[in-house]
Amino acid sequence: MEKMVNIFLFGKKYEVPENLTIMTAMEYAGYQLVRGCGCRNGFCGACATIYRIKGDKELKACLACQTKVEDNMYIATLPFFPLVKEGYDIENIPTNESVMMQLYPEIYACIGCNACTKSCTQGLNVMQYIAYAQRGDFEKCAEESFDCVMCGVCSSRCPAGISHPQVAMLARRINGKYLAPGCGHLEDRVKEINNGDFKELIEALMEKPIEEMKELYNNRDIEK
Amino acid sequence: MYSEKFQKSIALVEAAREKNIALEPDRMTAKQKEDLLAAFHPDYKKDEFRELKIGPNAGEKVPTELAEILQAHSRITADCVDLESPDYETDVLIIGGGGAGTSAAIEADNAGAKVMIVTKLRMGDANTMMAEGGIQAADKPNDSPAIHFVDAFGGGHFAAKRELLSQLVCNAPGAIQWLSNLGVEFDKTEDGTMVTTHGGGTSRKRMHAAKDYSGAEIMRTLRDEVLNRNIPVVDFTAAIELILDEDGKACGAVLMNMETKELMVAKAKTVIIATGGAGRMHYQGFPTSNHYGATADGLVLGYRAGAKLLYAETLQYHPTGVAYPEQIFGALVTEKVRSLGAKLVNVNGDVFMHPLETRDVSAASIIRECSERGNGVDTGDGLGVWLDTPMIEAIGGEGTIMKRIPAMWRMFEKYGIDIRKEPILVYPTLHYQNGGLDINADCMTTNVENLYVAGEAVGGIHGKNRLMGNSLLDIIVFGRIAGQSAGAKCKEVTVGKMTLDHIAKFESEIEKAGIETQKVSPMLLPDYTRKNK
Ligand SMILES: Cc1cc2nc3c(=O)[nH]c(=O)nc-3n(C[C@H](O)[C@H](O)[C@H](O)COP(=O)(O)OP(=O)(O)OC[C@H]3O[C@@H](n4cnc5c(N)ncnc54)[C@H](O)[C@@H]3O)c2cc1C
Ligand code: SF4
Ligand code: SF4
Ligand code: FES
Repeated sequence: MEKMVNIFLFGKKYEVPENLTIMTAMEYAGYQLVRGCGCRNGFCGACATIYRIKGDKELKACLACQTKVEDNMYIATLPFFPLVKEGYDIENIPTNESVMMQLYPEIYACIGCNACTKSCTQGLNVMQYIAYAQRGDFEKCAEESFDCVMCGVCSSRCPAGISHPQVAMLARRINGKYLAPGCGHLEDRVKEINNGDFKELIEALMEKPIEEMKELYNNRDIEK
Repeated sequence: MYSEKFQKSIALVEAAREKNIALEPDRMTAKQKEDLLAAFHPDYKKDEFRELKIGPNAGEKVPTELAEILQAHSRITADCVDLESPDYETDVLIIGGGGAGTSAAIEADNAGAKVMIVTKLRMGDANTMMAEGGIQAADKPNDSPAIHFVDAFGGGHFAAKRELLSQLVCNAPGAIQWLSNLGVEFDKTEDGTMVTTHGGGTSRKRMHAAKDYSGAEIMRTLRDEVLNRNIPVVDFTAAIELILDEDGKACGAVLMNMETKELMVAKAKTVIIATGGAGRMHYQGFPTSNHYGATADGLVLGYRAGAKLLYAETLQYHPTGVAYPEQIFGALVTEKVRSLGAKLVNVNGDVFMHPLETRDVSAASIIRECSERGNGVDTGDGLGVWLDTPMIEAIGGEGTIMKRIPAMWRMFEKYGIDIRKEPILVYPTLHYQNGGLDINADCMTTNVENLYVAGEAVGGIHGKNRLMGNSLLDIIVFGRIAGQSAGAKCKEVTVGKMTLDHIAKFESEIEKAGIETQKVSPMLLPDYTRKNK
């Protein structure tokens, strides 16, 4: 017999097997999920959830698809949080801190309470990546925020009203497009293709009988 | 820490580890592979397939579960909606907000068309978000689109449509450049050289990655760009039926709000299906690595409206899905684990195959080990074999796991399993839909005008088996082509009278063929609620 635990979904009590995740426990309880369920495997951030274990002072946040239920867990899902996403033209923006001052000036009102970091479902140092963004150090901001799944939990806890994942998104795109080193061999190859350098080779492959294609494939040399 | 019941087998695995590391298992011969696949690969299990009785592919076999939804009733009849007063009017209607749909939206927007995306969950709740490994492109000096072509053509059992495959490989470097210019952060060395590796079946190192979040990095960037352009996105809304004009050309879709069930009509000059894969169909009872909304909807929409399928009978089962613990059952254990040196070991501690055979062969071999040979490990929920991850640290040195596959470590660590010290249990998982709707090189379906398809919903780009890294590539390449073609085509289209006549027509075919079914489709979402309380 599997061991059962009591959980409270939006305050209502359900008895569920202890080996379920919060997400599968909800389904066990009878919820047919529409919101709050995307990849089911920790990548998409759809299933942000806050919970408190009865008697515990601390309010915790997690991804419902990645977290096992516990006895006396009080659970509220946070399938949507009103983040602020500013529009911009990636072809035409400053690549230093002035872009942050323009689009997300509220990051300069951070009071350093660290609530964002404490709540991050991915265990990221959120306050730190916001500090990098303030300074216009987008490479570091990108690095520090890379594993962000944009679940929005940090923003729900922030007294300064910052939309952390959107700030980080902007920093990563600026870094990827403008600050990271350019790639010579990629540019060369695109030019060669546009120039038609491979046209003949490819056309030859289009016509080749299957038996000859098999020959080619089975005898191709493989880079070590 | 594994419970008591696993310890006996783990002890055998540990005892044999040193010997197993030194062992260089033989690769199978072509004949051995053929026999193994025929006997154990799920695609070859004849009684799991059923012949289609109606529709453009009548007479062909597809998985039973797919046959059931392809030949099911519509969710609506024509009189459920008023086609005369559409709720939305646009030039290009894109169904599905994954990587293919968003790429198409950006390009159709570039072409000056009015674009709209409808998507079942949120934009980015999609298989694209989950890809870890990477994306292929022949952009290194020792590589070429022609070599890429040969790799993919052979890997796909020489069945790919060559006009599609040549598009894929020739547009690959351009796709990487396009993504870079949008701000996608590919792994590079200090001088800008792309860090590229091998994937199963590649003859050159051409796998580009963004750490082990390649798909997520691409998806969130495309999503951000769609939002920046103010392209309307109607989320939590599914397309449940295509709309055709009186000449049988696609001109919109009936939409359903996933929460309120309200029906709406979207009118468009061209339609792009970008609905992705089918893992949640759980063919043959397999678990899946796919996202919640992967239910083959696009195939159903297209088929009912008369579009042809190609290779819908071929699925990809990834050899190493998680078999234990139950909480992450079916989730993907990336191929990289084996590239780094971990071998597959049975319940007795014996290595039973070379760890780097192709995906289909590896999957079949694991199934054989667990069935005919009876050497599987009983997990409580099924069977599995060991993937001996501690070998990685023994070979590559302490710290290798944290450096190269931290996401894998984290996934198991949550359940008290330290993959640096303990092996993990794996079994094949349903991973990818090789087949789909049949298209021409401009992404239009071969037999329904103004209906375009891109991404995992397409059949024929890869033939009967897809190489790792070619799918992220195809969603960008063909997503862009679909957006460009549909964006250009809409300029010459005037929509005639909209009809849903094909629903009644299909219904009468169901009846004529004597198909008795209660099922309605598309399925939209799987139902995991507990029954029989
Ligand atoms: C775990 C995992 C790892 C992978 N790793 C790799 C890898 O390393 N390299 C690689 O190349 N490929 C990989 N793949 C495959 C690749 O990620 C997918 O094949 C590809 O991203 C599919 O993109 P898509 O846009 O066609 O579909 P998706 O990204 O799945 O998007 C489809 C969208 O359509 C929506 N939709 C579905 N039905 C409807 C409907 N009726 N109405 C409206 N909207 C609808 C869905 O909700 C979804 O948002 C991986 C796949 C998975 C699952
Ligand atoms: S940084 Fe914020 S949005 Fe990103 S994963 Fe952490 S809590 Fe979620
Ligand atoms: S929660 Fe807000 S105010 Fe507090 S440290 Fe984080 S960003 Fe600053
Ligand atoms: S459902 Fe995607 S992170 Fe949980």
